[in-house]
Order: sequence, then C-alpha cells, then structure tokens
Amino acid sequence: MQQLWLIPLFPLIGFLINGLFGRKLPKSAISLVAVGTVVASFLWVLKTLSAIMPLETPHIETYATWIQSGFVNIPFEFAVDRLTAVMLLVVTGIGSLIHVYATGYMAEEDGYYRFFAYLNLFMFFMLTLVLGNNYLLLFVGWEGVGLCSYLLIGFYYLKNSASTAGNKAFIVNRVGDFGFSLAMFLIVIQFKTLTFQDVMKQAAQVPVEHAVGMMTVICLLLLVGAAGKSAQVPLHVWLPDAMEGPTPVSALIHAATMVTAGVYMTCRSATIFLKAPIAMEAVAIVGLITAVLAATIGMTQWDIKKVFAYSTISQLGYMFLAAGVGAFGPAMWHVVTHAFFKALLFLGAGAVIYSMHHEQDMRHMGGLRKYIPITFGTLACAWIAIAGVPLTSGWFSKEAILGAVYHHSPIMYWIAVLTAMVTAFYVSRSMFLTFFGEFRGAAVPAAGHHGHGDEDDHGHDDHGHAVEKHDDRAHAVAHNAAHDTEPHEAPFVMWGPLAVLAALSIVGGFFDLPHFLEPALPPAEHVAHEAWLEIVGSAAGILGIVIAHIMYVAKPEMPDALTAKLGGLYRLVYDKYRVDEAYDLTIVDPLIGGSRSFLWKGLDAGLIDGMVNGAGSTARLVGGFARWIQTGNMRTYGAWVLVGAVAVLAYLGIGGGVR
Amino acid sequence: MPPAPPAVPLTAYLIVSAILFSLGAIGFVIRKNVITMFMCIELMLNAINLSFVAFSYKHGTVDGHLFTFFVMVVAAAEAAVGLAIILTVYKNRNTLMADDIDSLKL
Amino acid sequence: MDTLLFALFAGIAILSAVVMIMQRHPVSSALALVGVMGSLAILYLLLGATFIAAAQLIVYAGAIMVLFLFVIMLLNAGAEPKPLRQSFLARALGFPLGIALIAILGFLIQRTVPPDSVVVRFADAKAGSPQDIGRALFTQYLLPFEVTSVLVLIAILGAVVLARKET
Repeated sequence: MQQLWLIPLFPLIGFLINGLFGRKLPKSAISLVAVGTVVASFLWVLKTLSAIMPLETPHIETYATWIQSGFVNIPFEFAVDRLTAVMLLVVTGIGSLIHVYATGYMAEEDGYYRFFAYLNLFMFFMLTLVLGNNYLLLFVGWEGVGLCSYLLIGFYYLKNSASTAGNKAFIVNRVGDFGFSLAMFLIVIQFKTLTFQDVMKQAAQVPVEHAVGMMTVICLLLLVGAAGKSAQVPLHVWLPDAMEGPTPVSALIHAATMVTAGVYMTCRSATIFLKAPIAMEAVAIVGLITAVLAATIGMTQWDIKKVFAYSTISQLGYMFLAAGVGAFGPAMWHVVTHAFFKALLFLGAGAVIYSMHHEQDMRHMGGLRKYIPITFGTLACAWIAIAGVPLTSGWFSKEAILGAVYHHSPIMYWIAVLTAMVTAFYVSRSMFLTFFGEFRGAAVPAAGHHGHGDEDDHGHDDHGHAVEKHDDRAHAVAHNAAHDTEPHEAPFVMWGPLAVLAALSIVGGFFDLPHFLEPALPPAEHVAHEAWLEIVGSAAGILGIVIAHIMYVAKPEMPDALTAKLGGLYRLVYDKYRVDEAYDLTIVDPLIGGSRSFLWKGLDAGLIDGMVNGAGSTARLVGGFARWIQTGNMRTYGAWVLVGAVAVLAYLGIGGGVR
Repeated sequence: MPPAPPAVPLTAYLIVSAILFSLGAIGFVIRKNVITMFMCIELMLNAINLSFVAFSYKHGTVDGHLFTFFVMVVAAAEAAVGLAIILTVYKNRNTLMADDIDSLKL
Repeated sequence: MDTLLFALFAGIAILSAVVMIMQRHPVSSALALVGVMGSLAILYLLLGATFIAAAQLIVYAGAIMVLFLFVIMLLNAGAEPKPLRQSFLARALGFPLGIALIAILGFLIQRTVPPDSVVVRFADAKAGSPQDIGRALFTQYLLPFEVTSVLVLIAILGAVVLARKET
C-alpha cells in the first residue's frame, strides 16, 4: 500500500479549512493552507511514484466496496499506471505553481478564501478523476471538477456576465455528461463491470467492428462526454465565456487540467476505441474541425484571454485528432506540453492584465516589452513552444501528432499543418500587439470606436456596472482616469511560477512521453519517421510567425485593409461562426418560449396549481363534514371509542375471527 | 329444580368480569362528573383484573396474579397523577363537568 | 358452598357497579365502588389468589378510594347539575352500547370457553399464595418490578408538581 488516498486528501483538507474557517483567517494563513496542501499533495505524488516506479503494470489500491448490486460490483479503488502518473504530475505540479501565482494575482480581491477553497476543491476532484480505477469514480471527479469550474467561472458572482457564463458552462457540460452516463450504462451492459482493467481486458477480445455496433455506440457516447468537458465542436461554446473567471482559474482549469480530462478519458478507453474504427474517424473529424474553427476565430479576437481560450480549444482539437488517428501516446504528450505552455500563456496574460490594471483588450496594449521584461521573456518561451519552433516542447508533440495524422490521411495532415500555421500566426499576433510597437494605453479609444468590435466585451457591462463592486473593467476605467497608467512588473510570487513553466515549455519535450506510456496504452503501430514531415511542420510554424510579424510590426496598416477586403467572411469568423446565435435560435429560444407558454402557463399554472388548489378545497369540504365529529367533548369521544369496541367485537364474534 | 352444579364454572367469573367492564364503560360515557368518570375507569381495570386472576387459576400459574399486581401499581400511580390533574383543572376552570371542559376543540 | 359464595358476591359486585354508575353524587358513587372492590376481593379469594385479595383490599379499597374521597371532599363536589351543553351521542348511545357490549362479550366468552370445561373449587387453586407471588416477582419479573418502582416515583413527582400552588 502506498496510501494513494492521501494524494486527493490534502487538497480536501485545504478546502475544508479554507471553506469553513477562511472568513476568519488572515490572508497569509489562507495562502499557506491552500498552497501548502497542494504542494504536500505534489510531494506525496513524487514519493509514491518513486516507490512504485517502473510501473509496468498498474498499482491498484482497493479501499472498500462502493456499490454492490446484482452482478455489478463497483469497488472504491484508486490506481496508478503510467498514464495516471503523468496526469498526477501535471495536475499537482502545475496546480502548485498556479496556486503560488494566484496568491499574488488575487491578493487584492474580495473573497480570497472562497477562491482558494474552490481551487483546492478542484484539485481534490481532479485527482479523484485521474486516480479513480473505474468509470464511475472517474465520473465523480468529472462532475466535481465541473462543479468547481462553474463556481470559479462565476467567482465574480455580482457580475451578470460571469454568472451567466458559469451557467452556460454547467449546462453545456450537462449535454456531454448525459452522453458519458449513457456510455457507462452501455459499458455495464456489455462488460458487466466498470473497472478499467476488466473492461479493457474484455474489450481486447471483441472483434473489430466495421459496421455500427455496440462498441461504436459506446465510443460515440464517450466522445460526446469528452467533447463536452474538452470543449470540442459543437459543445465548445462554453470555454470562451469561461474566461470570465479569474485568470489563474483559466490557466489551471480551462487550459492545463480539467479540459484535458476528455483526452485522458479517451486514452483510458483506447482499447474500446480501437475496436470501433467508425468512432475513431468521428473523433478525428471532430478534433480537426475544432482545431480549424477555433484557430481561425483566434485570429480575429481582441481580448487577450479570448485569443488564448480559442487557442486552447484548437489545441484540444489537435489532441482529439491525434487520439482519433490512433496516436494516443502523442495525444497525451500534447496534453502535457500544452499544459506547460498554455498555463504559461494564461499566467503570462494574467501578469499582463495585472500590470495593465485589469485591461484585457490588446488594442490598448503594445510596447509592454520595455515595462515588463520578465513577463515578456517567459511569455516568449510559451510563444515559440506553441508556434512549434523546433526543439521546443510544443514542437515535439506537434510533430508526433502530425506524423501520425499523415499516415492516417494526407488530407487531414495538410489541414492540420495549415492550422499549425494559423496557430503560430494568432499567437504571434497577440504577442506583437501586446509587447511590440508603441504603448497605446494612454490613448484609450472610446468604447465602440471599432464599430461592431466591442459588443461582446462591453455589451454585458451596460446593465451590470452600476451595482457591481467586483467589476474588473469598471475598476480599470477608474484607474485609468485617476492617474497615469504606466504598466508595472508583477511581484515575484507571480513571475516565479512563470519562470518555472517557461523552462518546462522549452525543455519539456525532450522526454519521450509516448515511449514511456507504451505499457499503459494499447500497442500502436510504429511508423517510420519521415524527415520532410518535420520540416514542413516546422516551416508552417515559422511561416506563421513571419506573416504575423509582417502584418503587425512591419506594416501595421495591413490588417485593417485585409479586414475591409474580406468583409463578410471576417465578420463571420469574428462572431465565432455565430454558433452561439444558432444555439439561441434553435434550442434556447424555443426552450424559453415553450417553458413560458406551455410549462408555466399551461402545465404549472393550469394543471399543477389546479390540482393543488383542488386538493385544498377537497380537504376543506371533507373537513367541513369531519368537524362535526370533532366536538372537543370528552364524553363524545368516549362514546365513539365504545362504538368502535362494539363494532370490532361484533365483527370478531359474527365473522368468527376468534376461534 | 335441577341440582346446583358442584362447582362454579370459570365462565361465570369471566361473565362477571365482562359485565363489570361494560358497566364501567357505560358509566364513563353517561356520567358527567370527571371524578366519577375516573372511578369508572378504575372499575374497568378491576374487571380486567378479575379476568386475569380467573385465567391464572385455569393455568395454575401466578402470571395472571402478577399482571394484576402490576395493574394495581399502575392504577395507584394513575390515580395519584389523574387526581392531581383534576385538581389543577378545577383550579383553572372551576368546574368538574366534562361537558364544560371542551377546550380540545379550538 | 362455592356456588353460594360466588353468587352472593358476584351479585353484590354487579349491583354495586350499577348503583355506582346511576348515582349523581360522586360520594355515593365512590362508596358503591368500595363495595365492588370488596366483593371482588372475595372473588379473588375464591380463585385462590390470597395475596391479590389482600392487596385489592389494601391498595384499592384502602388507598386509592380514600384518595378519591379525599379529592371529592376537597373540591366539595356536589351532585351533577343539568349542564348547559352535553354530548347528545353519549346520552343517547351510552346504555344501548353498553348492553350490546355485555351481550357480545358474553357470547364470545360462551363460545370460546365452554361452561363446563373448567370449574373453580376453592381448595383446588394451585398457586397464588404470597410465597408464590414473591418468588415470581423477585426472579422472573424482577426487572418489571423495579421499573414499577421508578414509575411510582415519577407518579409521586408528577402529582406534586401538578397539584402544587402556583408561585
């Protein structure tokens, strides 16, 4: 026994302490508890892993029987195999860094203890998710992180847009969870168990399904679940809105860990997926479409966090693409490297926003390189990693994915390469806009200066501002008006984690993760490396950077001209392909209308209220008669007792109830 | 005239018990004074005691006697508390008539 | 002899009971009840329950009835007046129901215990002496006996609390 249960227990203790007593504790104590428990968890992971390391076979710890019903026996069981080990290190490691960072970023915020309580709770559920040795325990963690995500997106709950975004994330995730639940039911029917090892062992015996069958249905439903959690098309709409949450949350939950749960789950179920080529194809196509759509949207956004949010969706699409073509190892590799550089991007963006007094619009930045050199230096590491500059971590995992995709389908490969170029372009664009050129903060353009440009960023605020204390932007505007807006460097607790992540983003790819993961994943066919594939991939990334440089540094007037020329297409992309509007039109509005006219006016007011009122008046009628019996006179009651006694005895006597 | 039975049948005791019990019940219903009603309850308890002792005779054990004994103890306790309640009610409402003590109905 | 004694005291018991429920004045009722209890004691004796017969006289006729009389006199309760309101149901149904009850119980007893199956003879009683009762009480029924003492204690406390003067 390695006491695996201690790993999630530490953050849970932190949650309990901060959640129950945080209001009374000083900030230093809250930080100590929050960071301390997560670091303790990280250290325990290291200790455990060093003890059980070769880990060719899973290390399983059974604690209790959880559900025993008929043939279904679901134990309460934690397990570590190499896949879990990687996830554990990423979750606790990056989690620790982000906790440290958050103590600086959130220092001035109200609800400090609440924030860290939620964050610790999230760590608890995330660790349960990766440690759980059956689908149901995974699902517990899965729902738990969804809850924490909801709580943290809506952290500024006085802000209307934040609570709406929280609701949206929660509701969209329900669609995915529904699919996941159905998949679990089918797995129980098919395999009579939910434990990973047993399911996989049996699944390995099943013949490959070339037509739609049980395996395909299970996998498609799992895909629905994964798409909900990992923000894949068409359930991706919640993730950009989730940027309403504090930036450390975006980094931890909506970039590095929670959203990769879908990929993790897919890789866990790899054996089942391999038996269903049709579902695999679906996974690949969903991933590819997501990657392309999100990357193109990312090119047009002005809010720095929105850009990175779409970038996250796009990168997750890459991971699904990899999983879909059977390259589970590279998919997990990309999960890890992406966790490094995307957490870094978000934390860096947070540092930028912090230094800009909560300004998020890149049009108001520029030239920040001179003011915040450390942040720039670390962000630059993330930039080259995500753009795929050779020998950075992102380059390794991306090349591994692209290689596998080429062997599956050259068409997909070329689309993916194009997406890689777009990725490099939009990240470079955001970097150039933020750090190069002249500082534009002093000349704050009035809202609406860019025509339609601001409706999404500022539209919500019109009805929210008056009552809100927490509003970042209101704060920022007040700041800007009050005094000069010279950006300032973030404190050490914030750039320290940035530096660590920067180092990881650069060198993190030299560890050959797919090879390490081989014992935990079904054997994949080895493909010969072709040098030209890597050259094309690297070239695409560098080309993207170069184009961005031309457009935003060398010839700054070019983007506007291009925008004008593209017109409608640009606007369509800028509006995120109007997916939200389509959902509003097809699902949300009919639901609201139907609820209003049928459920509320018809069913609730008519039928249910009618029934309730009817029950009331019936009771009143009966009571009207019954009250004549209830005289309050003791002797009358006595007489009734006597009547009862005579009746019972008469019944017994005549009916012969007594022998 | 037929010769008298050599001994009394057990049934006779039980019938006496039943008659006494029923008289107690009648008294409880027709009397208005709460003290008298309370006495009727005592009468009913006594009637049951007679049954117990009679059955005990039939079985040749003392179990019935012990039940009677316990009923007596309970009756004593009940009389003490019950009469105390009657005292309190009288102090508050200044009546002993059950028909006037009708605050069970609001 | 048995028959005679039984008939006599059963008759007294029933007669006293009838008197008791017909009297308007509570003191008369109480005295009639003493009569019922005394004759019941004799019936217990006929059944061989010597201890219970003694207890009946001491506890019921002695203690409890004295308590009743004491309360009646303390409250100076007179004969029942014609109350303003009274229960129609109780007045109309009291007697018929009681008679019906007697009839049905008698019928059931007749059917369940045939008259000549068991007869009672004074000398035949197998148990009921104070020794028997004591042995059973302190062996088999020890726990209920002890619980009874608690019950009595609580009754004393309850009576004191209920009847004391408001301060």
